[in-house]
Amino acid sequence: MTIRTPLLDERAIARALVRMASEIVERCGGTEHLVLVGIQRRGVELALRLKRLIDGVERSDVPWGKLDITLYRDDLQMIGPRPVVGETSLPDIDDRAVVIVDDVLYTGRTVRAALDEVTDFGRPRRILLCVLVDRGGRELPIQADVVGTTVSLTATDRVDVLVSELDGRDAVELARAPA
Amino acid sequence: MSAPSLGKDLVGLEPLSADQLRLILDTAEPFKEVSERPIKKVPALRGKTIVNLFFEASTRTRISFEFAEKRLSADTVNVAASGSSVSKGETLVDTAKNLEAMRIDMVVIRHGSSGAAQFLGQRIASNVINAGDGKHEHPTQGLLDLLTLRDNFKRIEGLKVAICGDVLHSRVARSNIWGLTRLGAEVGVCGPPTLLPRDVRELGVTILPRIEDAIAWADALNVLRLQLERMQAGFIPSLREYNRVFGVTRERLERAPKELLILHPGPMNRGVEIDSDVADGEHSVILPQVTNGVAVRMAVLYLLAGGRPGPGQAAAGGDAA
Repeated sequence: MTIRTPLLDERAIARALVRMASEIVERCGGTEHLVLVGIQRRGVELALRLKRLIDGVERSDVPWGKLDITLYRDDLQMIGPRPVVGETSLPDIDDRAVVIVDDVLYTGRTVRAALDEVTDFGRPRRILLCVLVDRGGRELPIQADVVGTTVSLTATDRVDVLVSELDGRDAVELARAPA
Repeated sequence: MSAPSLGKDLVGLEPLSADQLRLILDTAEPFKEVSERPIKKVPALRGKTIVNLFFEASTRTRISFEFAEKRLSADTVNVAASGSSVSKGETLVDTAKNLEAMRIDMVVIRHGSSGAAQFLGQRIASNVINAGDGKHEHPTQGLLDLLTLRDNFKRIEGLKVAICGDVLHSRVARSNIWGLTRLGAEVGVCGPPTLLPRDVRELGVTILPRIEDAIAWADALNVLRLQLERMQAGFIPSLREYNRVFGVTRERLERAPKELLILHPGPMNRGVEIDSDVADGEHSVILPQVTNGVAVRMAVLYLLAGGRPGPGQAAAGGDAA
């Protein structure tokens, strides 16, 4: 039986996303060269929400895309194939500021795979990383540029990001096995 | 989450469950997109070595497998029977064991004898994929036909598919019959009685004696090539007569109650089993079949190559990687 502790509720997520949206625009000097790329699956929903927030304030139509990194993973032999590979569809990213969006940043291996995959599609001017939760525990020298919240957790803890589009409600929860 | 896996080898569609067939077709979907990318390559099978062992002539299937392997970043070697030690009398198993001694991971084999792929799979540790064995099965062709049908009709269940022509000599027909019936389609076969297997009804198919019956009955026609190289003699009076009685022509299709999807595994004998204006017509999906062939073969390679997880190495949660 795991113990679930809420880290962010619906309103806290909404506030974090508003701040993250404005940080993204600020860091990229506007929306002219901006492209948002969500990592399947919850990163896609978060990227879409950030796009709506940015478009609402900036009166823009920021190009966005989806990225499935399954075929770029480095652990095919260890865990076997993931049978369901999601859709990848990217807009033109050449000379753009590409913001990779994911729900949780942990070991950094997903981001490493995403960097490899994005650069196979073109040559962005720069790539930024934006995550809702940074939970520490990196295994690669990778850091996020825009972060919703930071928590420090042990390897047995799990962070679940729930989004209403897929899970019926918005929440970030810590799932911890009892000591 | 225990997803169905494929096991070590892909010998045929007969032993596969409906879930396994759907797993391959669903896995093939995203691979279609990989072939449309500016860099048509993903690193999923980096470091894997695959041998394409072709004991029979093949252009389409061999090139399709080779593209699939290269687009997954595997290293590939092609061995053709002519010009290799096979022509010096080496047995199939010896050839494969020698290849295995060079540390390969997978073998794609085409062979003139039914059962060759299974025979090999039981004797070597590498994954074996059947690329056509005698008159037995051609599973990846069956899978790409299923994928093409599903693309066009959005379902397989309840479809009526007529397999027309030389069913007797056709491994494509057998793989189609197994795959289609397993996924709930109705299958009819149509051809001269000399070119239908004697006990074909036992496979659960309907016999359609005339091509007009097949056209009136079916949602899709899978037109087979007359395999002249496998026929000794006396199966049909002449090619011209075959075309007159069993040829899929525009005139015949225009009399059908509905529009039919036309499949053909290639290579085509234009003017024999299929007329040019049908093969190049708007309902022909013969070239989309070829495109889907690469995606389906990528899916099979990917599922087989990664399908050997070691003990205690399960995924450590969705965000671990």
